[in-house]
Amino acid sequence: MSLVANLTGTDSETRKRTLLGIGSFLLPLLVWCLVSYVPFIWHPKVEVTVPGGVDYFQTGMLVDKSQFDDETAYAKEQHLALPAGKPANPIYLPAPHEVAQAFYTGFAKQPAQKDAPWLHESLWHSIQIIFWGFLISSIIGVPLGILAGTYSTFARLSEPFIEYFRYLPAPAFGALAVAILGIYDGPKIAIIVIGTLFQQVLIIANTTRKLEATIIEAARTLGTRNLKLLTKVVVPGILPDLYRDQRILLGWAWTYLIVAELIGTSSGITFYITQQARYQHFDNVYAAIMIIGIIGFGTDLILARFGRRLFPWDRAQDRR
Amino acid sequence: MNDKNLPSYLDQSEAVKARFDRINQRETILEVRGLGKRYRSPQGETEALRGIDFSVRRREFVCVIGPSGCGKSTLIRILAGLEDHTSGDVLLDGKPVSGPGQDRGMVFQGYSLFPWLTVKKNVMFGPQMNGRGHDEAERDARTWLELVGLEKFADAYPHQLSGGMRQRVAIARALVNQPRILLMDEPFGALDAQTRSKMQSHLIDIWKNIDVTVLFITHDLDEAIYLADRILVLKAHPGEVQEVIEVPVPRPRSPGQFNTPEFMATKARLEELIHPAPEPLPEDEQAVKPHLIRFTNVNDNVE
Ligand SMILES: Nc1ncnc2c1ncn2[C@@H]1O[C@H](COP(=O)(O)OP(=O)(O)OP(=O)(O)O)[C@@H](O)[C@H]1O
Ligand SMILES: [Mg+2]
Repeated sequence: MSLVANLTGTDSETRKRTLLGIGSFLLPLLVWCLVSYVPFIWHPKVEVTVPGGVDYFQTGMLVDKSQFDDETAYAKEQHLALPAGKPANPIYLPAPHEVAQAFYTGFAKQPAQKDAPWLHESLWHSIQIIFWGFLISSIIGVPLGILAGTYSTFARLSEPFIEYFRYLPAPAFGALAVAILGIYDGPKIAIIVIGTLFQQVLIIANTTRKLEATIIEAARTLGTRNLKLLTKVVVPGILPDLYRDQRILLGWAWTYLIVAELIGTSSGITFYITQQARYQHFDNVYAAIMIIGIIGFGTDLILARFGRRLFPWDRAQDRR
Repeated sequence: MNDKNLPSYLDQSEAVKARFDRINQRETILEVRGLGKRYRSPQGETEALRGIDFSVRRREFVCVIGPSGCGKSTLIRILAGLEDHTSGDVLLDGKPVSGPGQDRGMVFQGYSLFPWLTVKKNVMFGPQMNGRGHDEAERDARTWLELVGLEKFADAYPHQLSGGMRQRVAIARALVNQPRILLMDEPFGALDAQTRSKMQSHLIDIWKNIDVTVLFITHDLDEAIYLADRILVLKAHPGEVQEVIEVPVPRPRSPGQFNTPEFMATKARLEELIHPAPEPLPEDEQAVKPHLIRFTNVNDNVE
């Protein structure tokens, strides 16, 4: 019983783990702050504050440091008014507070370009694509995976082809998907399905195979047969692992999203990102990228917590 | 040991003799005739069992013992219907067995309880699979949990129990189906010595109170003698019956009997059969003989 106590951990251990978890986020944030706010770290550019005698300098302009130095030296030589400037980072690295502000404006303020979608509109569209793609993939992939993992004949019949198909990059089917499903959401969902489904079958088949053989044997000696063996033993036996697999696969589905959204008419969060990048609103770009992470990671945290409720007998989750 | 002073393991007291007479008058539950099993694998063929003959009477307690790899597990798995045999017959109540069935209960060394079910639901599983309703199954489960002393843990999950408790659940789960014969493959092998001896006494108590026949595999000689009416001694490569020993230790049994002359005589005989005088190791075991290299300083001796 002391072993069990060690596995689940004490209060102070939990606190330590939480602190470390927060730290793992604070650390990169700290690096970002240092690079953004400490003038002598990196800052390869100069933001012009006083153009002085340099004719093409304008207030607020970003120039390379060497160029600024050259121009200053030249102005000195010619006895012109000296330009002034302060160290700055390139435009593609906004400071944390700018991105934080973009978060707020993305949700609260009308976008600067007319008919451009709001951040949350783009996001909601992307979430819907993911949802339908992952749902369709799971409806096909989970039963196929369980069947392949349970019946070797079925596995031998299906797995070689799936193994082959798995290597075909999903984006390669983009043009085909557009031709068949039109230019709106159809092909995007299809790309997510193609990207997820084949991995899903193989992963779930493997998980199913890992179910202890003696569990099935015990059930058989207790009089379990045929379909009941599948529904009453195999499925409940693998359920916690299946749930974990699905969480990982959902993460993969997000990685296919960006490609999927470029197909047909660009849409969703990808459209938002490319649009904002075109106007050099990199603070918005960062905000959008981060929000994908927040949604993905947040869903996974919620699902993990939910899983602990759902499967109180599952020992694997105690070990993390 | 002073073997010369021991009686022969074949000597039986009047009471023991009378008991065996009574057993032999009971009907045969399990009959195994000329049973053989060959495994075919890419590495070649293994003859795991050859020409196994024995029979078990109703409510008899039979132990099977033999060196590692002699086919004990193979034998019990064939009896349970989990494995096909390649020759011979297995008759249960005179009818050949095919596939697993609720007339044969099985207890595995690794417990193999269903981790997603509570203790009670584990025990209810068998009756429900065999078409019994929920309420009836639950009533049966409660009765059996009481019998193995775990009614307080009905709603616990298997992972919350100790090894001994888990094995009790496994026994209850097998017995609730009211099998004709209970097959046990080294069920106490993973338990510590103290729990193991408690479980042995407990098993004898259960067996005394229910109409069940037990076939019990072990590699522990004391355990076999303590539990069994008869011991089936197997030899390896291929697995064959070496001898069937009628245990001359009277019943009721208690741990105090471990030092009686009958017990020691039987044990001496088993030792002789299972660990005979030095004999060349079988090839596959020679192959894994470790080659020890010294990893410590030469002067750093521990002995
Ligand atoms: N599935 C299998 N395929 C091939 N050979 C097998 C298989 N199962 C068992 N064997 C072989 O059959 C022989 C008997 O194995 P078995 O497991 O029945 O022995 P055992 O007496 O139970 O051993 P132990 O005391 O170690 O449990 C061994 O030589 C083993 O290698
Ligand atoms: Mg074995």
